Amino acid sequence: MRVLAAMSGGVDSAVAAARARDAGHDVTGVHLALARNPQTFRTGARGCCTLEDSRDARRAADVIGIPFYVWDMAEEFHDSVVDDFVNEYAAGRTPNPCLRCNEKIKFAAVLDRAVALGFDAVVTGHHARLGADGLLRRSVDLAKDQSYVLAVLTRAQLDRAIFPLGDSTKERVRAEAAERGLAVADKPDSHDICFIADGDTRGFLESRLGSAPGDIVDGRTGERLGTHNGAYGFTVGQRKGLDLRVPAADGRPRYVLSITPVTNTVTVGPREDLEVDVVTADRPIWHGPAESVTCEVQLRAHGEVVPAAVAVSPDALVATLASPMRGVAAGQAIVAYRPDPEGDIVLGSATITAGSRVSSHA
Amino acid sequence: MTGGRPKLEAMAYLDHAATTPMLPAALDAYVAAARELGNPSSLHAAGRGARRLVEESRERIAAALGARPSEVIFTGGGTEADNLAVKGIFWARRDADQRLRRVVASAVEHHAVLDAVDWLGRHEGADTALQPVDAAGRVDPEAFAELVRAHGAEIAVVSVQWANNEVGTVQPVAELAALAAAAGIPFHTDAVQAVGQVPVDFAASGAAALTLTGHKVGGPVGVGALLLGRDVTCTPLLHGGGQERDVRSGTLDTPGVVAFATAVEAAVAGRDEHVSRVAALRDDLVERVCAAIPDAIYNGDPADRLPGNAHFSFPGCEGDALLLLLDAQGIYCSTGSACSAGVAQPSHVLLAMGADDPRARSSLRFSLGHDSTKADVDALLAALPGAVERARRAGAWKTPR
Ligand SMILES: Cc1ncc(COP(=O)(O)O)c(C=O)c1O
Repeated sequence: MRVLAAMSGGVDSAVAAARARDAGHDVTGVHLALARNPQTFRTGARGCCTLEDSRDARRAADVIGIPFYVWDMAEEFHDSVVDDFVNEYAAGRTPNPCLRCNEKIKFAAVLDRAVALGFDAVVTGHHARLGADGLLRRSVDLAKDQSYVLAVLTRAQLDRAIFPLGDSTKERVRAEAAERGLAVADKPDSHDICFIADGDTRGFLESRLGSAPGDIVDGRTGERLGTHNGAYGFTVGQRKGLDLRVPAADGRPRYVLSITPVTNTVTVGPREDLEVDVVTADRPIWHGPAESVTCEVQLRAHGEVVPAAVAVSPDALVATLASPMRGVAAGQAIVAYRPDPEGDIVLGSATITAGSRVSSHA
Repeated sequence: MTGGRPKLEAMAYLDHAATTPMLPAALDAYVAAARELGNPSSLHAAGRGARRLVEESRERIAAALGARPSEVIFTGGGTEADNLAVKGIFWARRDADQRLRRVVASAVEHHAVLDAVDWLGRHEGADTALQPVDAAGRVDPEAFAELVRAHGAEIAVVSVQWANNEVGTVQPVAELAALAAAAGIPFHTDAVQAVGQVPVDFAASGAAALTLTGHKVGGPVGVGALLLGRDVTCTPLLHGGGQERDVRSGTLDTPGVVAFATAVEAAVAGRDEHVSRVAALRDDLVERVCAAIPDAIYNGDPADRLPGNAHFSFPGCEGDALLLLLDAQGIYCSTGSACSAGVAQPSHVLLAMGADDPRARSSLRFSLGHDSTKADVDALLAALPGAVERARRAGAWKTPR
């Protein structure tokens, strides 16, 4: 096959490209330039979009022996990922930009262009398995598994995706990079949001959205406990940074329970009030066999899984959890997995709209 | 597709304006000189031997280009010579007269000039003005005369290229230089693309300074020269041993200089024959491209342009998509010259010529040189129609979902 390898400049995508070539594919490497101004993105090893990363990707392509180009995706990235990130926070939700980047950039804008130019598939260095059966599964390396941020992909997108790393641990990938003479073998992993240069998400949002003072209220009593500078700066489940002057009656810590953009209020309460056992979500992408299944669900990246009964319709998904979960934020993805010894299988995903508590407190 | 070193037999190299293969004679001269020992600044026999090679080279270049040997300042290439001329003459003139703060360049200069001008504006308080061009990319002498009338007393230096590296347009250099000279303004011209392609005579041009570089004429990369009139003061960029009239310090690259001179001499001596052969090939290329892709736009001046240059916009295509598709078939060409982090920017040259952004982004340059053959043109024509069709389909990739 003629395949396009998206090369970030990191170790994973370099090894993925090399493996695709070894598998007999005709591989072309492409580095996506995502920053309108590269200096504003994270420098050094931490990001994926700096000039240094571009150079690292080029050198990896040289070593592997494949052609290499840089594609300017800055406008698309800005519109579909950065603006979306800001808008989601402004709407009181908690977005996952890596997931959005997969959905809108790597497996949409890039894939479309690649297909139009005669390529058959896009190769990435994601840690997930996608075998001959077409099922998306968790990586063998559960700590590095990225199936959660890939679960938004449709069947058509998955049909044109190749993830060569899913059967390897990260450790193995690094060792292989060194064996192959790839200089990125010991480059540190990237963790933070690549377009927030200093890691200060709240400051980034404030610079985009301005300050919008509002109230912090008690979820049980409705009492006004304090003020905030912008509801967008909060995430459901957050405890730190509330800066409340009125202590809780029972002296226990309080957590963000919900954010209401229309009234610009942040509602807080005790930990147990965070618990939800029914999660509703929209925009489902469903690969599962039936509309209602018993499976496991994951409610945020690297979050724990919980057994659930999931019912899917064309435009909604409702999950009834076997035990309550805390910190369920609108805007995050709910991903359904069927446990499997060959790697848990992704059944589908949807975007969380709300969580509620149906069963009584224990 | 293969990465790394291309298979030479299988490729059609249509990117001579980026760099052209070394002439065998220049390569031989390089290797022979590289075997010799000696720093041209040393006073012993070995040094004198190297010095002699350098001075002979200086004389050969001067003779080929209508300059005096003492006017040849060797540099590390075209970029350095452009920077030396623009910044060095600006500094020297401004230091002599504080009113001389204006720098004028055409809007279609190579970045080696444009960015030097921009830097003077941002760091040295220069007033910078880009002279517009017409749809063919040419500076209007009338408009230039107007500028000199209005601001002549403030202009420290003017830089207008001899010929454009993207679209091949040749400027009315002698006319512009005469206007500048009449107002006492030093005129620099970047003749990197012109030497060996059109007649270049430094004395006859009336220019105060002229840039050329080795790797565009069949010499090595990393060696070039600024022809600098004896009476033109120029503050050095590089300070050190005082070589090259104290204007450009640094031990001279003897083998590079010798090979450079060999190439310049050969390119100038063989120019008529080169031009008639390459222009005929180019005309054939243009005719066939226009026949195969009827809506292709031939950019630049259809008649008065560099013999090896053909530059098109292919409506509905992204230039970098076309480049990828042609590269995969062993056909090497170029989009605009400008690159930031490898990302294709719409060409400032086409924008200055009045093209809109999509047209500027849809352009490709094919440039022929001394070793180009009909087979190269045939290979291009075999691949181009399919590539254009494919790139056009890919052109819809930006549609929002
Ligand atoms: C018009 C023009 N000026 C200057 C240069 C720079 O010359 P060099 O590559 O020798 O630094 C080039 C070539 O890239 C050119 O085409």
